Amino acid sequence: MPEDKPLTGNMRPDGEALDRESYERGGGYRALRKVLGGMTPGAVIEEVKSANLRGRGGAGFPTGLKWSFVPEKAPHPRYVVANGDEMEPGTFKDRLLLERDPHQLIEGMLLAGFATRSDIGYVFLRGEYKLGAQRVARAIAEAYDAGYLGRNILNSGYGFELYLHLSAGRYMCGEETGMLNALEGKRANPRAKPPFPPVSGLFGMPTTVNNVETLCNVPHIIEKGALWFRSLSRTKDGGTKLYGASGKVKRPGLWELPMGTTIREILVQHAGGMQDGVRFRALLPGGASTDFLTEEHLDLPMDFNELQKAGSRMGTGTMIILDDQTCPVGMVSNLEHFFAQESCGWCTPCWSGLGWVERILRAMENGGGQQGDLEKLAFQTKFWTPGHTFCALAPGAAEPLQSALKYFRADFERHINEKRCPWK
Amino acid sequence: MLTPDERAEIEAELAHYPHRKAVCIDAMKIVQKHRGWLSDDALSDIGALLDMSAADLDGIATFYNLLFRRPVGRHVIYLCDSVSCWIMGSDRQCGHLSERLKIAPGETTADGRFTLLPIVCLGACDHAPVMMVDDDTHFDLTPEEIDRILERYA
Repeated sequence: MPEDKPLTGNMRPDGEALDRESYERGGGYRALRKVLGGMTPGAVIEEVKSANLRGRGGAGFPTGLKWSFVPEKAPHPRYVVANGDEMEPGTFKDRLLLERDPHQLIEGMLLAGFATRSDIGYVFLRGEYKLGAQRVARAIAEAYDAGYLGRNILNSGYGFELYLHLSAGRYMCGEETGMLNALEGKRANPRAKPPFPPVSGLFGMPTTVNNVETLCNVPHIIEKGALWFRSLSRTKDGGTKLYGASGKVKRPGLWELPMGTTIREILVQHAGGMQDGVRFRALLPGGASTDFLTEEHLDLPMDFNELQKAGSRMGTGTMIILDDQTCPVGMVSNLEHFFAQESCGWCTPCWSGLGWVERILRAMENGGGQQGDLEKLAFQTKFWTPGHTFCALAPGAAEPLQSALKYFRADFERHINEKRCPWK
Repeated sequence: MLTPDERAEIEAELAHYPHRKAVCIDAMKIVQKHRGWLSDDALSDIGALLDMSAADLDGIATFYNLLFRRPVGRHVIYLCDSVSCWIMGSDRQCGHLSERLKIAPGETTADGRFTLLPIVCLGACDHAPVMMVDDDTHFDLTPEEIDRILERYA
């Protein structure tokens, strides 16, 4: 396997999934054997901590630290949940990992399970990922047949059961505690925290929730070591990252690159630059719920700290490109429609505020903008902050809106003053 | 009454969870797969198996995008209306579908062949615009491509 692409280097060029044998030939399940052959759960956690693996679902929380939150003497059964909901608009990275190398995810879950002394795992997949679901289900069956799942795995005394859950579809399911409610057969409203899932999660038991890409990194860290993993990256955050680009670029796509690759390198070398006839205007670096960045930010390395310093977030690392032929107000209107529709309706700033903003933006696009609208929009974004809201949905919705008001103010004003969308 | 197939599939899921109620979303998906949508009777049938009220199930069913409490056509078209597809012109594809099928989003054709639904990001943004028809995802849509795709669904 190419050393510099641990997540994707082993994948088949024909688009089929790696089966168990081909996954093993590429080094698969060696990390599991290593761990079961004599590592302690604490040593696994230390290795992952030392690798500086940060959560790839968007928040960037240190994975080893998250695992250490499950108290050693906590009751059983304990759960591990792989978050494969991937409903963040503009994000298409976990799909690849699920469809092309499902055993890598299973091994990652087994290692997370061992580290947290967990007994049962669920792969939570969005319902629309039909091909991913088929392939994960087949891989789970293969792993049971080979003795990698079930009781007494490889005669180690450790046991782990793994099930696949297909969602019925709602963005809220991607929120950690919303996902746990969905797995319990409820509406996916977020839960009050504390207690946090490592103490009281699924069915009230200790639970660890990690993103699919995060978990897929773990077998490589355990097999090759934290030092090697850190050396893959150009910044302090360890490893590679699946970066993507969509919008009017020449070659939209997904690439596994060193963590900290610059935006410009991804945009120009990998995505081929802008399509003929359109010019770059701005980008959302990692999905719908990240702040816009512009030309001045193109030489920033894509990692958690650097983009935060620039006033945005790396999020999922899949960039959405805005060009000069596309209306920025229309784009924000589309984004806020999404957030308003997918809000669970639990807390007022979210269900009421998002709906209000959606209506203002839609009116503006249709020539009904009013003086004072921009102040109303800005006021709402200040309300959608942690502490005012129950979860991160509304704060996420604030990010593209507040940055659009900053970078595209003149475009908003033209909509209001000319009573029309200049792009229509 | 649940059919023997429906009951067997739901019971297989019951083995994966510690509580019966936890299976309700899977159960509704299973029954919808067989019957096309979830009628009041369907909810009562599921409730009887899982010890839940139909009202409780209704509150859950209406929360989720992929559970239908109204009849749908033989094929369901899910057209992505999220941001990357919007940038790549999904409004035009939606207009084309509406015109060709003579229905607005959310409606079913008079012959019961298609229901057209907007759906959130389908996670294939490098091939926008994208839609799903039933279980299949279709990429890089153009009006001509859409016409060819629709032919395949009788």
